[in-house]
Amino acid sequence: MTTISTAEPRTVDQSLRSALLARSRPSRPSALSASLTFGWRGLLKIKYVPEQLADVIAIPIIFTLMFTYLFGGALAGSPGTYLQFLLPGTLVMTVVLVTMYSGTGLNTDVTTGVFDRFRTMAIWRPAPIVGALFGDVARYLLASILVIALGLVLGFRPTGGVIGVLLAVALILAFAFSLSWVWTVLGLLLRTPNAVMSVSTVTLFPLTLASNVFVDPRTMPGWLQAFVTVNPVTHLVTATRSLMMHGTVAAGQVSWVLLVSVALTGIFAPLTMYLFRNKR
Amino acid sequence: MGQQSDFAIETTDLTKDFGKTRAVDKVNLTVRTGTVYGFLGPNGAGKTTTIRMLATLVRPDGGTARVFGHDVVREADAVRSRVSLTGQFASLDEDLSGLENLILLGKLLGHTWASAKARGGELLEVFGLAEAAGRQVKKLSGGMRRRLDIAASIVVTPDLLFLDEPTTGLDPRSRNQVWDIVRAIVAGGTTVMLTTQYLDEADHLASRIAVIDRGKIIAEGTSGQLKASIGTGAVHVRLFDPEQRSTAERVLSQALDVPVHMETDPVALSARVTAEPATHEMGERVAHALAELSRSGVAVTDFALGQPSLDEVFLALTGHVAEDHAAVEEKGL
Repeated sequence: MTTISTAEPRTVDQSLRSALLARSRPSRPSALSASLTFGWRGLLKIKYVPEQLADVIAIPIIFTLMFTYLFGGALAGSPGTYLQFLLPGTLVMTVVLVTMYSGTGLNTDVTTGVFDRFRTMAIWRPAPIVGALFGDVARYLLASILVIALGLVLGFRPTGGVIGVLLAVALILAFAFSLSWVWTVLGLLLRTPNAVMSVSTVTLFPLTLASNVFVDPRTMPGWLQAFVTVNPVTHLVTATRSLMMHGTVAAGQVSWVLLVSVALTGIFAPLTMYLFRNKR
Repeated sequence: MGQQSDFAIETTDLTKDFGKTRAVDKVNLTVRTGTVYGFLGPNGAGKTTTIRMLATLVRPDGGTARVFGHDVVREADAVRSRVSLTGQFASLDEDLSGLENLILLGKLLGHTWASAKARGGELLEVFGLAEAAGRQVKKLSGGMRRRLDIAASIVVTPDLLFLDEPTTGLDPRSRNQVWDIVRAIVAGGTTVMLTTQYLDEADHLASRIAVIDRGKIIAEGTSGQLKASIGTGAVHVRLFDPEQRSTAERVLSQALDVPVHMETDPVALSARVTAEPATHEMGERVAHALAELSRSGVAVTDFALGQPSLDEVFLALTGHVAEDHAAVEEKGL
């Protein structure tokens, strides 16, 4: 039983030894470069897990079709007329709903060993999360394109022109990016992706439904109107409508949306980073 | 190798509490640069927590730890630029392919897209993982995944590599492959800190071993020293002719000056010998015994001097067995 270590097959050879000579470290990547690398990782996830996108987009598509044809005639005289009102709303709703995956994705990530590896690397510390959100923004953009394309097929005509549409999408993406930080906090606080999903669903559905996405809030009871008028989603939808349909910037709404975005990012981004640093 | 330093790791009274449990209790370690250091202990003994502190993932609650002279808390970034971690559970992105994982890490280490891709391809080739290039990690076998995990740790060869239970759950062939890779990495000049619950793994790979139990280091030294610390070795003799066993017994007990045990096998005898006063003298005594046997005309087919297994060492040190299946695997002497 003296240590005998002769009979082991040599499976690694000279090529491994030469591969191990790569000891020189390239210079450390910049914060932007590291974040973009993580963004690329996020995009690859869409390639491998496309259903993540599909089930969130299904809801607005069903809502768009259902409301347009079921209630369009009753609510606005004809489905075609109602679609012009509804589509900017479902666009906002879609993107806002897709944001919840930022939290579940991060929650899954943090519990896997790969995040330990990232955290032992000499990179800009927030890069894994900022990068993941970059990837998410690309996902939001893709969702926006899908909803707008569906609208165009059904007869939606954005009279605000291309610039108006682009500005509207940019505003939606800015809001969605800042909202994502709320979910990253949840993703780091809660134990399982399912828990993150439940909490974000419970928050997001009232937030998107109790707004002016489907109907003008003037017919709603007073207490509900009170909520709807402070709901940032309402302001985002109003701003989106005026950009897409009239090509005009509704200054009050846009600044309200931007203010909320800055506030959300200002509170939840540092909180995310604090939780991320102290995650054991 | 960058900065010259005799020690890859030095810790003083390193401590970590999780709530009321003390996971790591005043651990003092020194690991020489260029060696494999084995960290041996059962599940939950504090191995992984210690490694996570050294790899800057967890902040110590007490004591200090330096990696190549850099404090793991105050100079965490300097530490991170010298180390790589291969976790107990694959530290890879399960959704991405093998090549994508390596490109991702290459980019994060500062490679350009093209050089990250080239390096990834080279590593897959060298590790025999060509078929993993385009396949999602979650679809790979355990052995391939573990090799890919190690490949991911040497995209840029680190000065210090942490391997947390690199062969847990692997079949013997995959385990041997991993061992060969570890040996090659060390031959290249990297220091390796290895945790394991397998006693023979520490025995095969590590030049020094620390035994940890319930957060405390209970023994430290070379595997030979650890074995010698429980004081005995064993001589096993097999004879050609069972008729000669009584002669053999008399000669052996005289030469070794210890009682000789007759095994149930009619041609086998064994004796426990002490390493006192010194290990090399035990060798001389045993060699003398073999010479005496041949002088008395006893035909010997097998003659072995063995040390106690690390299992026995663990049992002697802690008063309990290391781990069920490890104990079954190593039958001892």
